[in-house]
Amino acid sequence: MATEATSSTGPGVVAVLLKLRALIALAVVVAFFSAAAPNFLSASNFLIMFKHVAITAILAIGMTYVILTGGIDLSVGSIAGLAGMVAGALILNGVTLQPLGVVVYPSVPVVIALVLVLGGIAGLFNGVLVARFRIAPFIATLGVLYVARGAAMLLSNGATFPNLVGRPDLGNEGFPLLGSASILGLPVTVILLAVIALVAAFVAKDTPFGRWVYAIGGNERAAMLSGVRVERVKVAVYVISGVCAALVGLIVSSELVAAHPASGETFELSAIAAVVLGGASLSGGRGTVGGALIGACVIGVLGDGLVMMGVSEFWQMVIKGLVIIAAVVLDQLQGRLTASGRA
Amino acid sequence: MLRAEKIGKTYGGVTALDGVDFDVRAGAVNVLIGENGAGKSTLMKILAGVEQPTSGRLLLDGQPVRFASVREAAKAGVGIVFQELNLCPNLTVTQNIFLGREPTRLGATDHAVENARARAVLARLAHGIDPDAPVGDLRVGEQQIVEIAKALVEDARVLILDEPTSALSAAEVEVLFGVIGELKRAGVAVIYISHRLEELMRIGDYVTVLRDGRLIASEPASKVSVAWIIDKMLGDKARQRPRGGTRQAGAVVLSARDIALPRRGGGFLVDHVSADFRAGEVTAVYGLLGSGRTELLESLCGARNAGGTVILNGEDVSALSLAERCRKRLRFVPEDRQRDGLFHNLSVGGNLGLSSLLGFLRGGRISEGKERSTIADMMARLGVKSAGVEAAIGSLSGGNQQKVVIGRGLMTGPLVMLLDEPSRGVDIGARGEVFDTMRALADQGLAVVFATSDLLEAQAVADRVLVLAAGRLTADLTIEQATEAALVTASNAVPPPVLFRETAA
Repeated sequence: MATEATSSTGPGVVAVLLKLRALIALAVVVAFFSAAAPNFLSASNFLIMFKHVAITAILAIGMTYVILTGGIDLSVGSIAGLAGMVAGALILNGVTLQPLGVVVYPSVPVVIALVLVLGGIAGLFNGVLVARFRIAPFIATLGVLYVARGAAMLLSNGATFPNLVGRPDLGNEGFPLLGSASILGLPVTVILLAVIALVAAFVAKDTPFGRWVYAIGGNERAAMLSGVRVERVKVAVYVISGVCAALVGLIVSSELVAAHPASGETFELSAIAAVVLGGASLSGGRGTVGGALIGACVIGVLGDGLVMMGVSEFWQMVIKGLVIIAAVVLDQLQGRLTASGRA
Repeated sequence: MLRAEKIGKTYGGVTALDGVDFDVRAGAVNVLIGENGAGKSTLMKILAGVEQPTSGRLLLDGQPVRFASVREAAKAGVGIVFQELNLCPNLTVTQNIFLGREPTRLGATDHAVENARARAVLARLAHGIDPDAPVGDLRVGEQQIVEIAKALVEDARVLILDEPTSALSAAEVEVLFGVIGELKRAGVAVIYISHRLEELMRIGDYVTVLRDGRLIASEPASKVSVAWIIDKMLGDKARQRPRGGTRQAGAVVLSARDIALPRRGGGFLVDHVSADFRAGEVTAVYGLLGSGRTELLESLCGARNAGGTVILNGEDVSALSLAERCRKRLRFVPEDRQRDGLFHNLSVGGNLGLSSLLGFLRGGRISEGKERSTIADMMARLGVKSAGVEAAIGSLSGGNQQKVVIGRGLMTGPLVMLLDEPSRGVDIGARGEVFDTMRALADQGLAVVFATSDLLEAQAVADRVLVLAAGRLTADLTIEQATEAALVTASNAVPPPVLFRETAA
């Protein structure tokens, strides 16, 4: 046994390093910017960064479930944009009840609930297209991407809903708190992220539903033949992703105290990148919520750090792209190492 | 207990089942037997809720029932072990066993209960598989054990076993038969499908024979004999396969020197094996589960990176990839047809012609006429039964799918054919055809090498038998020397290594 242990030390260490690559990447990025950018390593900067990270991370958590089943959700950015616009419309214009001719202004909690339900419905639409009508997830969610973005534009003819503070006489104040308030020094968005991440990780790891998600990504037919209700599980993951997207839309418009119909564009790409950086396989069955969270941190920290160093926006894109490619190459290396029997 | 009445099933225009009655008796082993494509698997899929019958009905305890899904059938107490493995490679053994029926506490999966029950059921199957190992890391035989374990944890009243032993060693089969005996005594109705007649005679209580989608006969096992079964199964197709005398083997075309494939965690899967393979000779590589027979073939064809030298037709090909060795006319037919052999998105013709597309080119594009005629010739030559060149590959029976995979290799005009368990999931009648094809190829001057865990198969088909035990070559016998006793002795000559990773505890 002893000789075997020593002989396997070399490759074993490499395997462990590869497994932890997302975490190592994060440490490297943080260390680099701490040295290169003044003020990077400060509590206030970290809180700001976490708020940025939260947006990508919440999307990435929903996306993780979808990708685990072997699917993809391209519509999350658009759903986030639509969600922000609907929240803006509800706060500024209220709801006109046609037969009575009365305009009702729902309170902020009701607005939030309605918008989250809307996100769920958009996700349901994705899920039904994918699971019941068997449309390729890429195409189904691409369609919903366009529909949701167009709907967001239609709500205001492409204009921004400004100044979403509400009015005391209408009883709908308080919307900006979602994106700006803090509890015990922690921003609400960061607390939300923590709660969502913990619940999502628990569901993925410790509930039958989570196991079915992994099973479908591993071998859909085997899952079906084992009695897993494959269609329902697939619909559910898109609903989860849609609700996460709507929440992100609410957070973004609350932070800006305004809703812009183009907001959320390309968010889906950052979310997918975060999930992949975190070690998930796009063919499904492999990946974790924690990994996606770390992936989102890498992308968020990289973005903010480069801004603080004054790197141009164009170079930022190049660098982000290279990081994502490097992550996937490492993933392949790990796969090969596993296949050769040394993982 | 469970009764199928006048079950009919058609796929498109093809009739798979034609008014079949089938009674499943409790506390007995109900054997179902029939040739390739006779409709056995289809009938089982209907009983287990995977497929819906086109006509007829099912009765459970005298009440008409309908199983719209596997889930509903499982609820009614009907469990099934499928012929083709249906497992999630990314999940662990335990997770696969409980997939779709996870024990929960307060909504969360109860890992403690799950682990304990998984260990218990694996112990019942007398197997040392690590319950925490990902199924993708297991060998086919071990995966089959997991499939069986999956069905056992359900406490089914009716348990369908569709060729459960095709990848099991003799010892594992014994354990399984023990478990089947227990289930029988507990009043479970076992439905057993196999192509191994001696198995059926041993454990069957009732024998039902299907042929071409029709019920041919159903009798208590005490009244039937092997001859009776073969007669009913084949009908007027029954025939004796002549076995010629010793053949003159040709020159050495494939030569292996010191092939060594390390095993993870030390030792060797293939332990420095050297052998020559001659033109015009059928060589069987016989060994038990884990003996390294598959690994040897995979090393020869370049699917695995093994140490040693491979000389093909006088040329050292050790450094060449699988694709390059293919071009040098060395072909490999893998064991796991579903995963490694078939393109489920392509038609029968598409599957057959894939390796020889360059031959169909006319002016830079694939000539459909040329492709079609060549493929139709090959299908006729191999006797592939299908609705035509355009038929979906999934609509074929296991044996016909196997012929398609072999045919794909044949169309490239190979010098050497390596076949890994060519009869897995293929019934007796079609097995004969597959073996006849191998024989004919050897007569045409090919070197044919096949791996098998079936003693009779090795004796019946090969001119020469190599025996592996724990990765080592323990015997190289001519067919005259390859008696049952010699083969068994050689295959147990080396004690089997610890097959599975030790558990953490």
